Amino acid sequence: MIPKVLISVLLLLLGYAFWTLSVGYAPDTELNRTAAYYAANAESEVGAPNIVTGIIVTWRGLDTLGEVTVLFLTSAIIALVLSQSGGPSGVSGADFLPSGELLTTGARMLVPLIVLFGAYVIMNGHLTPGGGFQGGAILASGVLMALLAEPTRRFGHTAILRIESLSGSFYVLIGLAGMAIAGGFLDNGILPLGQFGTMLSAGAIPLISVLIGLKVGAEFSSILQSLHETEDA
Amino acid sequence: MSTLMQGLGLVIALATIGAATLAILTRSTVTAVLAAGLVSLLASVLFVVLAAPDVAMTEAAIGSGLTTFLFFFVMGRIRRESEK
Repeated sequence: MIPKVLISVLLLLLGYAFWTLSVGYAPDTELNRTAAYYAANAESEVGAPNIVTGIIVTWRGLDTLGEVTVLFLTSAIIALVLSQSGGPSGVSGADFLPSGELLTTGARMLVPLIVLFGAYVIMNGHLTPGGGFQGGAILASGVLMALLAEPTRRFGHTAILRIESLSGSFYVLIGLAGMAIAGGFLDNGILPLGQFGTMLSAGAIPLISVLIGLKVGAEFSSILQSLHETEDA
Repeated sequence: MSTLMQGLGLVIALATIGAATLAILTRSTVTAVLAAGLVSLLASVLFVVLAAPDVAMTEAAIGSGLTTFLFFFVMGRIRRESEK
């Protein structure tokens, strides 16, 4: 009885907090100073038609690097914890229930399409909505589907680790190159801006998007794989 | 924002609350996981209505895709362990 009362009181308080937030809300009629700067200079400074990607990869590139690092720490900690609790690995394979015909056949058709769509989202991050993070998550869902369809399958741990660390290092190197050649850390002026609105434009943004996509995809895949390979936790 | 968009947003918001309530109240784990995934999916539709397609993509891919898959993954795992 008492927990239910407490839950109701908490819900009421939360509802009141949100109500006070929303009751005085009036949408801005014009962009604030920072947003107006971003909107006005997206074409001339970063050359990306999708301003959001321009902001998160270039102007706020350091934040994205931090985000990717947090994700890396998460996957490293999950791998550490699960390797402590895991039993002998490498002896599994026979005790898996087979997955259904529907899943196996569907995965065979869908996994290439999912991976292709992930690559498309990564490569067009500066032109259309999307980018490295979203594309990387889509790539990882392809990996997850392959794992679900064929539980006995093993992806190379070393390959995933190498992709992850190489793309991370190159990401930082590009940032440092921006400091040496262009205006600062992760400045995309190290490559020419090119024709506005084409695939290979916007300086280093496509390159950084690909690196972020590979890194995020590898991190999620390594989390999933650690979960998958733990035996009898 | 036009009235049509506001109405659409209201419908999606109500559906989200409905799905969230279903996820809490249902007795079956599969239904609860699917309803929780539906909450994320509806939230990503709401993000598109609110003109934030980049956020919507992340929400759809991670919130409704990966998380739902992961729940089923672990549930299959538990079933396998208990059948041993």
